[in-house]
Amino acid sequence: MKQAELIPHLFRTEYRKIVSVLCKLFGIDHIEIAEDLVSDTFLLASELWGLKGLPENPTAWLYTVAKNKTKDYLRRNSLFAQNISKEIKYTTTTSEEIEIDLSVRNINDSQLAMMFVVCHPCNAAEAQIGLALNLLCGFGIGEIANAFLTNKTAIYKRLQRAKEKLRTEKIAITQPTASEINERLPAVLTTLYLLYNEGYYSPNQDITLRKDLCLEAMRLTYMLVENEHLNTPAANALLSLMCFQSSRFDSRLNPQGEIVLYQDQDTDLWNQELIEKGEYFLNQASEGNTLSKYHLEAGIAYWHTTKADTDKKWECILHLYNHLLLIEYSPIAALNRTYALAKARGKQEAIKEAEKINLSGNHLYHSLLGELYMSIDNTKAITHFHNALALTKSAADKLIISNKILKLMEH
Amino acid sequence: MKDFLLIFRTDIAAMPKRSPEEMQANTKRWMDWIGGIAAQNKLTDRGNRLNLTGKVLNPNNVITDGPYTEIKESIVGYSIVKANTEEEATELAKECPILGAGGNVEIREISVM
Repeated sequence: MKQAELIPHLFRTEYRKIVSVLCKLFGIDHIEIAEDLVSDTFLLASELWGLKGLPENPTAWLYTVAKNKTKDYLRRNSLFAQNISKEIKYTTTTSEEIEIDLSVRNINDSQLAMMFVVCHPCNAAEAQIGLALNLLCGFGIGEIANAFLTNKTAIYKRLQRAKEKLRTEKIAITQPTASEINERLPAVLTTLYLLYNEGYYSPNQDITLRKDLCLEAMRLTYMLVENEHLNTPAANALLSLMCFQSSRFDSRLNPQGEIVLYQDQDTDLWNQELIEKGEYFLNQASEGNTLSKYHLEAGIAYWHTTKADTDKKWECILHLYNHLLLIEYSPIAALNRTYALAKARGKQEAIKEAEKINLSGNHLYHSLLGELYMSIDNTKAITHFHNALALTKSAADKLIISNKILKLMEH
Repeated sequence: MKDFLLIFRTDIAAMPKRSPEEMQANTKRWMDWIGGIAAQNKLTDRGNRLNLTGKVLNPNNVITDGPYTEIKESIVGYSIVKANTEEEATELAKECPILGAGGNVEIREISVM
């Protein structure tokens, strides 16, 4: 890897590791100090490596410099050192000798501990996702602003507020205990699920960025299932869902960047390896008797990996959506259930049910009804597609809907 | 919106013996019906089935056994739905599979204590 690529690459992979270790060492009150020390380390790397060439082992170099910078900082700020050494119940005699443990094991433990802090429900979902991208994924403010389609100032403020909230709530950065895992793992899974969806369903045109968000969410979820205490059926089900969804990533957009609908996708572009991984994690998830919404969603995603329409396929998908709605209502699940009903029981029955679900402010509701009325009552279909067109903000959706209207007008 | 208890009753003695396939088809009908209510965001509690046997405790510690063959209709299950009016709740109950199997649904508004 060339030097110009190496630093951003190392920033992405190493920044978060060192930050997590230092955050865990310093405690929640001093996240910014940890971030500053690691940023300084990378700044020095980009200056020095440019002048003197790459060190033999760049990662080891970063770790050593980060350690030294931290020790220097602690020496210069003995008061701070005393405070944090009290917090970490430091036992040796001189506080200057604090050991900064950048072993693989401690890096992993620290990242998991940070995951539970970042995903703490005291912050709103959006703030949690921002923090996750920043502290767990090593995304800069600019990249996060890009992902959320907003400006740097807004993201900066959001992150500041979220960190402040963690401080005022005095959230401890520690390895969660068994009872804390039970209590807080669902919130962690929710954040990872939302982080993934942010990438998968974002209206953002930047495909590389969206893929990165999905990959990061998968990486973090994978960290959970790799840990013996966090390897729960729900975590496996979530990872399975992510694998199945990601398997279609390359077929969802054409070379012009336009959305390709499921039924028009080229199955050769579906990633078989990810489908197999999804099946593996779904099997892992079936151990025990928990049935989370991730199990049901992974089940639905599994059936979508076989493209051919069979009675069994849509019967199963309908059944899974029924279950999903019993666990948790969402408009999107209600709409998808109705689509599955049309496939399993015919359009007439689905129209009857669709008209009961009353989501007339939702563009997807009208798109669905437009779809269902097609070839049954084309005038009604066109009316619904026009409603959908007026309600959607996404340019990609507008294009798809307009094309459907045009097609119907030709008939 | 108010909560309404749906009570499913049927004549247990007259219930047909079902094959596994018929039982599966029956479960499917119930899931489709309850899923349809959930899709309208009008399900409070999917409820449960009740075992067909039980006991009745009367005053003076007189206990009798079920099934209650002397009563024509026994309660076999319940669900709780959300609706604005009794009429609306009744509308939700209209496609309940118990009606197709000779049973009935009682719709009662839950008056919160």
